[in-house]
Amino acid sequence: MTAFGKLIRTTAFRLTLVYLFLFALFAASLLGYFAWNTRRLITEQITSTVNAETEEIGEIYSRRGLRGLVFTIENRALRPGANLYLVTTPTGQAVAGNVGSLTAGVMGSSGWSETEYRRLDDQDKTDHRALVRVTELTSGFRLLIGRDLEERRRLFGIIAKAAQWSLLIVIVLGLGGGIFVARRVLRRIDAMTGTTQRIMAGDLSGRLPVGRSGDELDRLAENLNAMLERIEALMIGLKEVSDNIAHDLKTPLTRLRNRAEEALAKSGNETEYRTALERTIEESDGLIRTFNALLMIARAESGQARDNMDDFDAADVANGIHELYEPLAEEDGMTLHVKTVPAPLHGNRELISQALANLVENAIKYGKPASALQPLGAEAAGSREILIEARRDRDQVLLSVTDRGPGIPEADRRHAVERFVRLEASRTLPGSGLGLSLASAVATLHGGDLTLGDGNPGLRATLALPARAGVNERVAAQMQDVPQKVA
Amino acid sequence: MTATDPNMRLLIVEDDRESADYLVKAFREVGYVADLASDGEEGLTLADTGDYDVLVIDRMLPKRDGLSVIGSLREKGNRTPALILSALGQVDDRIKGLRAGGDDYLPKPYSFAELLARVEVLSRRHGGPAEETTYRVGDLELDRLSHRVARGKDELTLQPREFRLLEYLMKHAGQVVTRTMLLENVWDYHFDPQTNVIDVHISRLRSKIDKGFERPLLHTIRGAGYMIRDGIR
Repeated sequence: MTAFGKLIRTTAFRLTLVYLFLFALFAASLLGYFAWNTRRLITEQITSTVNAETEEIGEIYSRRGLRGLVFTIENRALRPGANLYLVTTPTGQAVAGNVGSLTAGVMGSSGWSETEYRRLDDQDKTDHRALVRVTELTSGFRLLIGRDLEERRRLFGIIAKAAQWSLLIVIVLGLGGGIFVARRVLRRIDAMTGTTQRIMAGDLSGRLPVGRSGDELDRLAENLNAMLERIEALMIGLKEVSDNIAHDLKTPLTRLRNRAEEALAKSGNETEYRTALERTIEESDGLIRTFNALLMIARAESGQARDNMDDFDAADVANGIHELYEPLAEEDGMTLHVKTVPAPLHGNRELISQALANLVENAIKYGKPASALQPLGAEAAGSREILIEARRDRDQVLLSVTDRGPGIPEADRRHAVERFVRLEASRTLPGSGLGLSLASAVATLHGGDLTLGDGNPGLRATLALPARAGVNERVAAQMQDVPQKVA
Repeated sequence: MTATDPNMRLLIVEDDRESADYLVKAFREVGYVADLASDGEEGLTLADTGDYDVLVIDRMLPKRDGLSVIGSLREKGNRTPALILSALGQVDDRIKGLRAGGDDYLPKPYSFAELLARVEVLSRRHGGPAEETTYRVGDLELDRLSHRVARGKDELTLQPREFRLLEYLMKHAGQVVTRTMLLENVWDYHFDPQTNVIDVHISRLRSKIDKGFERPLLHTIRGAGYMIRDGIR
């Protein structure tokens, strides 16, 4: 597309054309109205002048007779810029006046008419137009008084010229303005297009130019930039995930491969092969678990799990998880307690259960007091206890798991929530390192967060989730649901 | 593996050649009659005409996807139990699958032991004493109405969850039930715990029903799960 083609296709330019048309129409009708009124005014003026003079001369005639009339007419007709005068006999013979010729028949009919005429003393031999009134005098003589319409014609000419010029100016200015505005818009759009093309080519750090005027294009650019920001963050997240997957899945995969290779190379008996195969399956199960956890996190983070939300009590979740893990904790020599108050939530029950389960599993795994470092008997009573709590704090529901273990140093807490992070102390214990990140992703999905705090001593992991909205809002939500069900 | 009904007829609808062949071979090895359809249309025709005990249907199939196959079968009044296999393993996918008329949902990758256990539980022929009020295995007796459990002459005291665990195991007596099946059916959780929570519950239950008795009833099936049965059978 040529530059000009692009220009005239812009919205700004097309709008300009529409405005141009409207303005031209407006100017034309304004001038038309002005011309029409002027014509009326001039006609009225002529009419009243002629009427007055007809009356005046009629009086002179009745007072002083034909002689006086002729005298007055001849006298007036010689004045510069005089009106048109003509007196004729009943047979149509001109007696006095300054009119040389007239359109035929004008003299014969009384009253107003427009006519072509030529003055007696006219040099250029051209016809002019005049508005004339013919009256019959008592003796059968006829009197014509009129006025030239040249003035009216000239005025019309002026107006017509004004109309032409103003139209020309409107068009030139309008087109110029349109092109100017369109080019300005086009330049900005072109700048945006350039940036988007760079972004499409892979440079996600590019941002659209934002002007200072705060107009609609700037607002659009700002919004697009915010969107790009989000996309970039997601892409970085994705890249991190794939890097982590590459790293943390490749290690067990390598292990898996090595074992199979080793078993194959060694000519062992059936039992040895069997053991090797069993360990292979175990290892791949672990891989599948890690993979599932990653998918789950990705899903929770992208907000896809929002479909399966319903109303339930966080206390039930806490009690259920307590019931499920209590024997496991006991076998590990720990005691799992639960303390709940009713705490209504709206969310994905399964995910929240899993998040809490992960916290409890962590507490069982890492929440034992580091007794080796402490003198014998220093372990306080109840130090092998884990507490699951569900409670309400204003408009939040808090699900927390508190252990009496070594805890996590404050500096490490934020870091601990990240994917695959396994703090130094826990490297030897089994686990994928995804438990806390899943819990955190679930909290984010529900508009809450996961915080790691001090259990004094030990660790307190808290899922803070927004409590279910009041009954009124719930009724409103249900009412919103009704049309969907009908549809 | 465990004792299976040699007359069980199975239809596998799976488009991936290798997994399909593996499944057919594995099911035939345990003594099933296993037929194979490699796309949705063929699966629908076979399922409609053949008299199968269980359908194993992949979710994503050429020509017609798995959910729609099950949907049309159900519309025609065909109630053959169907197990959906899917690479989509999230909770909401599962719910979608069950809503479409599937009876069970197993995300890929799965172990054959898990699939086999689920297929056996699903099968109509192995429906077991589902509607009975009392389950009996050997001298172990569970009354579903009065919630009484007794072994021989000894009355056993079980926690509510232990009761439900035993109830589920006894409902499927003689069949392998996997850990995930227990977690799904007894606890109604569909996630995969990283630890051996279920094993601990089982060992608690075992200490109540088997401890002090000469013949154990609750068996661990290696690499698969658990089974309750009278050892003599």
